[in-house]
Amino acid sequence: MPVRIQHEDFDAGAEIASLRARDPRVGAVAVFVGVARDRNDGAEVSTLTLEHYPGMTERAIEEIVAQAKARWSLLDVLVVHRVGTLRPLDQIVLVAVTSSHRGDAFAACEFVMDYLKTEAPFWKREVTPEGSRWVDARESDEAAKRRWQRPGA
Amino acid sequence: MKVTVLYFARLREALGRDRETLELPPEVATVGALRDWLIARGAPYAEAFTEIKRIRAAVAQTMAGDDARLADGAEVAFFPPVTGG
Repeated sequence: MPVRIQHEDFDAGAEIASLRARDPRVGAVAVFVGVARDRNDGAEVSTLTLEHYPGMTERAIEEIVAQAKARWSLLDVLVVHRVGTLRPLDQIVLVAVTSSHRGDAFAACEFVMDYLKTEAPFWKREVTPEGSRWVDARESDEAAKRRWQRPGA
Repeated sequence: MKVTVLYFARLREALGRDRETLELPPEVATVGALRDWLIARGAPYAEAFTEIKRIRAAVAQTMAGDDARLADGAEVAFFPPVTGG
């Protein structure tokens, strides 16, 4: 199961070891960890709550992973995304990719994150000193996704 | 046809509901037609769907554009732009 949605924290080292699975073809492991920060859009953030669309969330990320596997030469991909209430310093998301070579691993890892940010049905609500507000989607995330759609990307 | 519509995040809050089952007239056969039909119902749909920008839709748990056709018993969802990761 390449995609997990969970409340609990994850151990990136353990997940990487599991993904590598003692497969001697793995020459490269590229990993991204998204972490909750203490500031966003000009305000101090005390908590962040993530909701999602159960069922669709897993499918959407699985579809992104399938696109990455079709586009690059990969051995395996793991995505773990937390939901629920998180605090600054908490881990939010893990994307880990194994390949024989680093070019494919780096590119696929970034691709998965850029697509997850714009296509996976999660929504964040953050608490600031002024109160609770929904986080707005960023145009820069759409721009990051579009880069992968250009010829030669 | 009958569809189940789910609402998420800010849209859920604006509508005061997270889901409902709707019996649609025969001419409401696409996502776009459903969106327009909801807005035509007036408050709170009219304000919610116009004040929240770029509301997206999914049918059968797959992202769908306004042209996507609805089927009897389908699960449709409307939601603001996503903010995961």
